[in-house]
Amino acid sequence: MAKPVIRLKSSLPVGAMDTRASGWWAMIFTVFTEASLFAYLLFSYYYLAVQPHLPGTFPEGGPPDLTLALPNTVILLLSSVAVGWAQFGIEHDSKWRLVLGLGIGAILGLVFLAVQYFEWAERPFGLSSTSYSSLYFVITGFHMAHVMVGVAMLSALTWWSHKGYFNSRRFAHIHIGALYWHFVDVVWLAVFFTFYVTPLLGLAS
Amino acid sequence: MSTPDTFSGYERRPSVSAKGPALTDDLRAIWETERGLVGWLATVDHKQIGIRYIITAFAFLMAGGIEALVFRLQLSWSNLKFLNPEQFDQLFTMHGMTMIFLYASPVLSGFSNYLWPLLLGARDMALPRLNALSYWIYLCAGIFLYASFAIGFGPNVGWFNYVPLAARAYNNGPNIDMYALGMILLGISTTVGAINFVVTFLRLRAPGMSINRVPILIWGTLTASAANIFAIPAVSLAFLLLWMDRNTGTHFFDTTAGGSALLWQHLFWMFGHPWVYAIVLPAMGMVSDGLPVFCRRPLVGYSVVALATVATMVLGFGVWVHHMFATGLPGVSLSFFSAASIIITLPSAVGVFAWLATIWTGRPVFTTPFLFFASFIILFTVGGVSGYMTGSVPVDWQLTDTYFVVAHLHYVLIGINVFPVVGATYFWFPKFTGKMMDERLGRWNFWTMFVGFNLGFFPMHISGLLGMPRRIYTYSEGMGWDWVNLITTLGSFAFAIGVLLFFWNVLKSLRHGVSAGDNPWDAPTLEWATTSPPPPYNFAVIPTVASRHPLWEDRLERNPGAIRSETGVGMRLTYGREALGTTPLDATPNVILKMPGDTLVPLGLALAMTVIAAGLALTNWWIVVVGVVFTTASILAWLWPEAQLGETAELSEAGHG
Repeated sequence: MAKPVIRLKSSLPVGAMDTRASGWWAMIFTVFTEASLFAYLLFSYYYLAVQPHLPGTFPEGGPPDLTLALPNTVILLLSSVAVGWAQFGIEHDSKWRLVLGLGIGAILGLVFLAVQYFEWAERPFGLSSTSYSSLYFVITGFHMAHVMVGVAMLSALTWWSHKGYFNSRRFAHIHIGALYWHFVDVVWLAVFFTFYVTPLLGLAS
Repeated sequence: MSTPDTFSGYERRPSVSAKGPALTDDLRAIWETERGLVGWLATVDHKQIGIRYIITAFAFLMAGGIEALVFRLQLSWSNLKFLNPEQFDQLFTMHGMTMIFLYASPVLSGFSNYLWPLLLGARDMALPRLNALSYWIYLCAGIFLYASFAIGFGPNVGWFNYVPLAARAYNNGPNIDMYALGMILLGISTTVGAINFVVTFLRLRAPGMSINRVPILIWGTLTASAANIFAIPAVSLAFLLLWMDRNTGTHFFDTTAGGSALLWQHLFWMFGHPWVYAIVLPAMGMVSDGLPVFCRRPLVGYSVVALATVATMVLGFGVWVHHMFATGLPGVSLSFFSAASIIITLPSAVGVFAWLATIWTGRPVFTTPFLFFASFIILFTVGGVSGYMTGSVPVDWQLTDTYFVVAHLHYVLIGINVFPVVGATYFWFPKFTGKMMDERLGRWNFWTMFVGFNLGFFPMHISGLLGMPRRIYTYSEGMGWDWVNLITTLGSFAFAIGVLLFFWNVLKSLRHGVSAGDNPWDAPTLEWATTSPPPPYNFAVIPTVASRHPLWEDRLERNPGAIRSETGVGMRLTYGREALGTTPLDATPNVILKMPGDTLVPLGLALAMTVIAAGLALTNWWIVVVGVVFTTASILAWLWPEAQLGETAELSEAGHG
């Protein structure tokens, strides 16, 4: 018995609709390729970490200090919470929650960048000191570049939300941008674990 | 029998009708690219982009081929001084880089770009603007990579560009910097193209085309694209880190400051080996779809061939160290990667036996495309066996960096890429142009290429076994290598003549080819259901698919009551550029997608990114800043929510459900 050919029983949504938007799927695979990029970056870190080193050069100056990094990690995670709150807001047709949540997300992202700037300034080494210093600045730099792109995205989304482009049916742009932002936050946890936690666990120091 | 569309808010029930002149006139007005230069630069039509990809890739094939012929002259006898070592180094590096990165992958992207929506019963790729972007970056990256060669500073340490030879200390010119930046640019092109293929596969298949009904070419390109999404970042990163080592004083690959030269090899081959499969699997897919047409039967073992395609790719991520057997890695690592490399012969053999069984149990028609597809099986087997041999560590230690490996990789890449691609051109040329290619010239074309190729490349196995190393610009007499090299050179020229016959046939048939009709080969898949060449909208009504062989159902389906595929009656979708979105596995309709119109933004974005690369090459930060500003502006313009595309809350005339 042959299966019946598809018959259309009801009407279809039109345009960029929730997770049916092509852009949503494109962002999922963008996140995959970006996640791979970070995987290769961290692979480079671990690969060089297990090579023989002079004492005290990997990590250079001993395990990095958590004083700024730990609160900063919390700030970044809170920004994801704010953006998630905005997403739920627009699904319930709440424009003010959308604008506020995205705006707070963008501001917390900027705070994270500012703290990272101080973190960089405090390092006793420069980009070209050792392989460790190169890894440190390049990998955290890669992450900061992603945060900058994310902040730019959130700012644009905040502006568009303020202009009333979105409602409880049309919010694909929001979910697409938010997906990227959540990725940028989650990947920070991997970077944080690698640079700040593994030396405390005894890797390479 | 047309019923009007019914609207409600953001939803619509699309009308269904038969094809007709009123409908096709409407669709043509909606989908056709404007004439003139602006339209030409702005088009997002996958067919135009596909043809551009193919033509550009063939241009690079010619360039890479000429480079090879020049250094084959130098190698044809001992102690020749036709080229100096630096010229030789640049030529063989450019040859490898061109063939692998600028020909082999883009030509397959071109065919897939053209064919995918037609094979899937869709009106375009899922992300048409991204498609245009992918092509423009590819073109810019190709020109960028050739710019330094043109002024005498081409990359010169081999396409895999090992450190420390590629480090600043040993290579002080712009040669390697241009290579590095050009490769990062090209990586962006490949990545966005890959994302487009995967999303198109998941979302734009015709209703009823569940994943067990897609043509094998789709599986090939899909698998390759999925692999590229995970593999390309490795090489882009490697080249960026190298550029930083050379220009900003970092120490990633610098062994004197805690870096590692082997890190380069790992990153390069973690990308490199999956990439090798990415540039052959779509070509194998072409054979799996084309060969059965000339055997007058469906492919034997569709499911196992599809699974073998995916399995090859998955295993392909676990074999990169077989390029590094001679670097002194621990024995456990060698054993693991040797075993993985040998196991990969299993899915490859599945393909070979499926193709052989298809010929064996079919009624072969000996056309030119059949000859190319069938010869591919022989060449793939030869290349596969030499690959299997070097997958064994002791054999590899003996043969690595000799001409044996050169023979292997040419059997694999020319055998599995060039021969299927030429066959595919003969096969799909009628669809692209509405004209047949010349069969008589086709025979001459095939036999010259086949004999020339084997004459040129088989003796390389022997020169390799005689100990001749790769990448030497000359050799002394008395090594016993003169005659094999002379034969190789003669064969390579014969092969080149064969390729020229191919291009001649293309040009001749464009002007004087016999008119083809919609389905000249009596083939089973959807692209043959539309006109040749296809109209800008591909299909007047959205086809419905009930089997793997929509156009062969009458003869394959013995049950007269079975549901048939339908290409004459279907959804019209005429409110602006529209495509049907379907579910990822079963292809049940679940959205009407609003497709973007032609736009110059992708071209602008590609140019802006090229400006960034140029600024970095000149280490001029002002140029970089200008590039970043224009890149940001282009992306913002691209993503700005549009009511017409159904991206905002507003219910516009065209965006209306």
